[in-house]
Amino acid sequence: MTDATAARPTPSLLAQDNRTRHRNRAEVRFRAFGMAAMGTGVLALAVLLASVVSNGLGAFRQTFITFPVVLSQERLDPDGHRDPAAMARVTTFGYAPLIGRAFADHVAALGIETGLGPRAMAAMLSEEAPGQLRTAVLANPQLVGETITLDVLASGRIDGYFKGRVTLESAERDRNVSPEQLRLAETLAQAGVLTTRFNQNFITAPDASGQRPEAAGLGVAILGSFYMMLVVLVLTLPIGVAASIYLEEFAPKNRFTDLIEVNISNLAAVPSIVFGILGLAIFINFAGLPQSAPIVGGLVLTLMTLPTIIIATRASLRAVPPSIRSAALGLGASRMQSVFHHVLPLAAPGILTGTIIGLAQALGETAPLLLVGMVAFVREYPAPLPAGLFDPASALPVQVYNWTQRSDPAFVERASGAIIVLLVVLIFMNALAVLLRRRFERRW
Amino acid sequence: MPLSWLLASVVLLGASGYVAGRRRALAGVGGKCWLLHSLPHYYGANVAIFTIVPALMVLAVWLLVQPLVLERQVAPMITGAAFQDADARSLAMTDMRRVARGLDVAVRQGALTKEQARSNQTEFTDIRARLGRAGVAPGGAVTPEVLRAAQRYRRLEATGSILMTAAVLGLAALGLAYACFTRTRREFRARNAVERAVLALLILASAIAILTTVGIVLSMLFETFNFFELYPWHAFFFGLEWRPRFEGGSELGLLPLLWGTLYISFIALLVAVPIGLFAAIYMAEYAGHRLRAVAKPLIEILAGIPTVVYGLFALVTVGPILRDYFAEPLGLGSSSSSVMTAGIVMGLMLIPFVSSLSDDIINAVPQSLRDGSYGLGATQSETIKQVILPAALPGIVGAVLLAASRAIGETMIVVLGAGAGAALSLNPFEAMTTVTVKIVGQLTGDTDFSSPEALVAFALGLTLFVITLGLNVLALYIVRKYREQYE
Repeated sequence: MTDATAARPTPSLLAQDNRTRHRNRAEVRFRAFGMAAMGTGVLALAVLLASVVSNGLGAFRQTFITFPVVLSQERLDPDGHRDPAAMARVTTFGYAPLIGRAFADHVAALGIETGLGPRAMAAMLSEEAPGQLRTAVLANPQLVGETITLDVLASGRIDGYFKGRVTLESAERDRNVSPEQLRLAETLAQAGVLTTRFNQNFITAPDASGQRPEAAGLGVAILGSFYMMLVVLVLTLPIGVAASIYLEEFAPKNRFTDLIEVNISNLAAVPSIVFGILGLAIFINFAGLPQSAPIVGGLVLTLMTLPTIIIATRASLRAVPPSIRSAALGLGASRMQSVFHHVLPLAAPGILTGTIIGLAQALGETAPLLLVGMVAFVREYPAPLPAGLFDPASALPVQVYNWTQRSDPAFVERASGAIIVLLVVLIFMNALAVLLRRRFERRW
Repeated sequence: MPLSWLLASVVLLGASGYVAGRRRALAGVGGKCWLLHSLPHYYGANVAIFTIVPALMVLAVWLLVQPLVLERQVAPMITGAAFQDADARSLAMTDMRRVARGLDVAVRQGALTKEQARSNQTEFTDIRARLGRAGVAPGGAVTPEVLRAAQRYRRLEATGSILMTAAVLGLAALGLAYACFTRTRREFRARNAVERAVLALLILASAIAILTTVGIVLSMLFETFNFFELYPWHAFFFGLEWRPRFEGGSELGLLPLLWGTLYISFIALLVAVPIGLFAAIYMAEYAGHRLRAVAKPLIEILAGIPTVVYGLFALVTVGPILRDYFAEPLGLGSSSSSVMTAGIVMGLMLIPFVSSLSDDIINAVPQSLRDGSYGLGATQSETIKQVILPAALPGIVGAVLLAASRAIGETMIVVLGAGAGAALSLNPFEAMTTVTVKIVGQLTGDTDFSSPEALVAFALGLTLFVITLGLNVLALYIVRKYREQYE
């Protein structure tokens, strides 16, 4: 035995032997894996956000064409009475040639040579323009007979040219736009007739049909989402708080409360689309509520958010130390009084934070809303509250989905832009939650 | 009286009940409120509860029952030869309801006078066109039977609503009087009564969780049974083909959808579990305080991003990259929506689920285990691999199961990233579809709820519910069992 030990060279403390080197290398490798994994997570977030922002920022800028239009009386108000009812008989088909001709005249007046016919030139303007002009004229009949400066959207392809989505080469293959049109647009941009600037209509305007991506906006979707969030807030907050108070403060340990507990933790993990099926079967098919209405979407999201809010509320009720309750009871309060007068106010910041986070979750939810008909194409704004709850509306995340399903590539930009709006709202809500927590959180 | 007015008057009665009860309680003791058992406002609240609660309960029941009773009354009128079978009759009933609503709207807009709406002659004046002008389109032609039934329905409804108003207001007044005059005495324990009512309210609120589950299960079970009456269950569960056809003769086999779901979830877990687990290990064992404070919330942001954003990311960015750089050079396919696209993006979404749950679990392993391992000369990574991970394993398995259940139920990523055609294939660059995609596909748009093509969605939903519920229960059981070990 001693021979064997003696035969082995004495290891130096300063030089590492193979085994130690191996182990140290394994250690470094393991650490690198960990760092790489964390880096991948952060990188994924960065790439995701960068992709959305780079695709979507364009939606906030839009190309406009400005030129004067003579609102001739014989076309728009043949009777000459300025009677809105009579003028409403002139449809957008009456306005379109007016605008087209005015545009062609303006281009000619600027002395720009182009081989394009009036039809091809009119096609550079958004199909939405006649409708907008008609609405403006009907709202203000005195405009008829005057010359006004019209500021209309350029068509989606022209707009895409200035955003790099459409090129002269791709226009060769495109039936909807020709290279000549793009060249004319370029000249007009130099002349200052055609400008690309911030487009507030993207936030306020309603959706537009598949052929006019340039006019599509988020107005109805934002309003619909807002209505739904109101429904969710009004329902989940009282119900969630009441349920949490019972479970945390009063519930005896028995079968019934166990059943509730198991139910809540399971509901929190049920796929959201199942809530959509529930909404379709119960609220629409059974209760007969209208499809695409914010009230139905709100109810479905309420059921979905309740478990989240109950879990958060219970955590903040639990964080209130029992000494508060004992003190209240000791001074002769009933249990109900101790909870409502003392525990609940102390837990309120936590409850509020949980509610905001729950609402943020509900705001981004899409799948259940698809099933209750929120994908419908809606152009009318829902009425003011409370009647508007029953009007058809869209919702922000559903609008994103809706736009991804359309063929024109300009809608990808719109969808990404809608996501930017959605994410800004979510960041704002979460920041508010963090702020509230920082400001009011109390450590016992 | 419209419903909102009725509600408002009940609430108003309740408010006056509150004032009256409080005042009467105080008057009963000559203003010396210390002689009362409870504070005066409890007496007021007690009266208000007695006024409002029974009235509202009757109102709710009445609103639920009235349409059923009325339809039973009217149904015999629509039993002509044309409405022999049940389908035609239910269609006629729907028409009848729509005509009745249409008459309401027309009267409100002034397109018809009240007398015209009631008159027997209406059918000769082309009711359909008149309703159309009022913005209501009845489904089929308005036959005299349907019109007659609709008119009777409206008459009965008007009577019913008068009766309802009377009953509700009467009950509210009765409750007010009873509570105010017989239950507002100085020895009456008003606080206890009010608190009992509040407690009942709290219990009711927490029972909503049970109601939701029951609602989910019942609504899906009911429609699933309807589906299995139209379509054999063994063909659904064991069918290898998914080919819905609107003209009938669809093949609605679950297996291709289930395969797509599991394949995508598998790839998602293949992405999420290593990354999430290593990130959790690094954050729990290696990262300094400052790095942890930055990186942990950053990764958790991934969990807060709506899934439709991931869907768009898959559709616009990941899908084309995978197609151009992997699928087409390798000759594996030319579709940008594929199992791989959806799987990778879903994996990114699941990273925070795995990492934050695992992080908690690794942190819950007692420090003494680490110290013991270091004391024996193990390096940090050896400690993690041979001591901490085995100790945390059940919890990590629970976390992975939760992530798997998330993946199986995820909808938007697969709707936008995975494709719509069902396929039973091993190629990860092929477009496949999942259970959730088909639920969305079969239930959006115009669907006829008596066809197996629409009803199959409920069977799919129930399948999904059962699978995810099983995974969740298993995961919660494992996590809970593990937690108890060190507490």
